[in-house]
Amino acid sequence: MAIEEKTLTNLSPERSINTRFTKPDVNRRLEDKKEILVIDQLKKVYPTAKGDYVVLDNLKLSVKQSEFISIIGHSGCGKSTLLTMIAGLNSISGGQISVDNEVVHGAGPDRAVVFQSPSLLPWLSTLDNVMLGVKQVFPHATKKQKLEICKYYLDKVGLGNDFNKKANTLSQGMQQRVGIARAFALKPKVLLLDEPFGMLDSLTRGELQDVLLEVWNKEQITAVMITHDVDESIFLADRVIMMTSGPYAKIGDELVIPFDRPRKRKEILDHPAYYDYRGYLMDFLNH
Amino acid sequence: MKVLKNVGLIIGSIISFLIIWNMASNALYKRAVSTTITKIEKLQSKEAAEETRKRIESGDPSSQPNSLPSPLLVWKTAGLLLDDAHKVMKKKQDFYKKMEKTNAKLKQAGKESITYTGRPSFLDQTITSLKNIFWGVLLAISIAIPVGILMGLSKRFKTSINWFVQIFKPISPVVWFLLVQMIVNTIMTDPDSDNAFVITFISVGLCAMWATLVNTSVGVSSVDESYLNVSKVLRLGIGKKIFKVVLPASIPLIFTGLRITVSVAWMVLIAVEWLSQSPGLGGFVREEFQNGSSSSNAKIMVAMFVIGIIGVILDKLMASVQGLVSFENKSQSPSPLSIMRNMFISKKAA
Ligand SMILES: Nc1ncnc2c1ncn2[C@@H]1O[C@H](COP(=O)(O)OP(=O)(O)OP(=O)(O)O)[C@@H](O)[C@H]1O
Ligand SMILES: [Mg+2]
Repeated sequence: MAIEEKTLTNLSPERSINTRFTKPDVNRRLEDKKEILVIDQLKKVYPTAKGDYVVLDNLKLSVKQSEFISIIGHSGCGKSTLLTMIAGLNSISGGQISVDNEVVHGAGPDRAVVFQSPSLLPWLSTLDNVMLGVKQVFPHATKKQKLEICKYYLDKVGLGNDFNKKANTLSQGMQQRVGIARAFALKPKVLLLDEPFGMLDSLTRGELQDVLLEVWNKEQITAVMITHDVDESIFLADRVIMMTSGPYAKIGDELVIPFDRPRKRKEILDHPAYYDYRGYLMDFLNH
Repeated sequence: MKVLKNVGLIIGSIISFLIIWNMASNALYKRAVSTTITKIEKLQSKEAAEETRKRIESGDPSSQPNSLPSPLLVWKTAGLLLDDAHKVMKKKQDFYKKMEKTNAKLKQAGKESITYTGRPSFLDQTITSLKNIFWGVLLAISIAIPVGILMGLSKRFKTSINWFVQIFKPISPVVWFLLVQMIVNTIMTDPDSDNAFVITFISVGLCAMWATLVNTSVGVSSVDESYLNVSKVLRLGIGKKIFKVVLPASIPLIFTGLRITVSVAWMVLIAVEWLSQSPGLGGFVREEFQNGSSSSNAKIMVAMFVIGIIGVILDKLMASVQGLVSFENKSQSPSPLSIMRNMFISKKAA
């Protein structure tokens, strides 16, 4: 909480007028949960033609078991860089990332990723796309058990009748549903989502937010989601992380969203605190 | 409506082609006749020349000069070749019927059965050529795809082998033939072995494999980053990575290469068959060329059309297989027509 206090005292007077509300400080649901994702002194340097470009510097963040956090920040500040580093798809220049007390080296199915573009293997059916991962993670399960896992998650995301459709014949929204099913089917320790609904129209986006929440409610897998959509970040997350603009980006501020779960969209939107939270986040982004 | 129009256009152009061909063949025929007659007049006498002219005009086939045959003659020759093929086939069948008992006995005694060794027909030659190209392409695939995959996967392997690919890629089929012949004839000294066949399909394979090799290597090295990320997150082993992700992703490019390989192989095959004295369409053309009888030119023309048509069929076959295995969304990849249309529209707007 040290970060929070520091940033709050640093606020300009103008800004504190806009945010005259008491920030909720804890989420009771998570009080006795252990920290599962710990990022310490993280640094990322991209070598460029004009010399080194330091995207992230001294970035600290920890996420509790079954916590859902969302990350917002200006375009180009380094959100995707942070996420791909957690995933192990991008090298670490300094500091370290640990998941469940183990320092991360390279990618692995304990950190499932859902990207903005669905990145399904287009030559496989929806079922085979999910199955490819399930086979890796549950090598000793029987064929029937594996099939059941795949079908369960595909059914959950609303594709119960499309097991054998080729991935490239599906719409963007449907493909992203498969992407979600594939990620959950891995039973990861941490679920990483990089603007998963960014390419969808607002109607489909709303549908998929509901789908995601529904699957998530059952499993309560620790999730880190990048988004540009402030409403989406409040609706889905237990905590919204605000990143400062790069270079040398770090965590600028954070806001706990203490709404109960399972959440209903209507209840959240009607909640008296909703617009305070929204205003607070918008305020951060506009400064 | 549009289809009808296109069919009309094609028929029109075929007719014009035949007319031009016919005119050219008439003109060349007249020229050849007059050259022959003046030659005889110079070397022998006026009477002898007059006699030759009469013989030529009477239509005696043995005294016709060799020039570009007319469309009609080529058509008739095609019919004759087909009849001949029927006859040869019948002979062959009769032969085997007669030999049925003898061959059965030989087989029982553990000896080799007697095979038909008569003259092959034009149809037999065509089938031989198809067999040759099949083995050639198979050889090309079995070298080019594995090596291409290795080149695409490992930068180091690519760097160490690339000079070799660059140097051998543009080598002409004639040189490949000579090189392969040197090696094969040294190794295979048994007089019963079919050296011509081995030399032919190896030369064809080596000459035609480069498009597939290069395309496979490019396809493998340019697999979409997001597919590779999937394989990293799932920690797929190297075998699974290649067979489940890398290869399927590069199939469209590999097949583009294969299509080029097949058409190059067919083009080169005829020349190599000629050189290696192997049976096949190339051998047929060489024999007719050396034979030099009055019907030879027409037979060569028939072979030319058969070669061309088989080439088209092979290419269409490859294209349809390519369409089957391609996972790319057909609506997303723009057709050449739509690209042209877009170019036209953007030019107009600008
Ligand atoms: N491979 C790379 N080499 C050099 N610079 C890079 C590389 N990848 C990203 N960058 C730079 O690092 C910065 C952060 O990029 P990143 O993609 O993480 O931003 P982001 O916050 O995800 O942006 P957006 O919201 O637009 O997705 C950008 O300025 C980008 O240009
Ligand atoms: Mg990004």
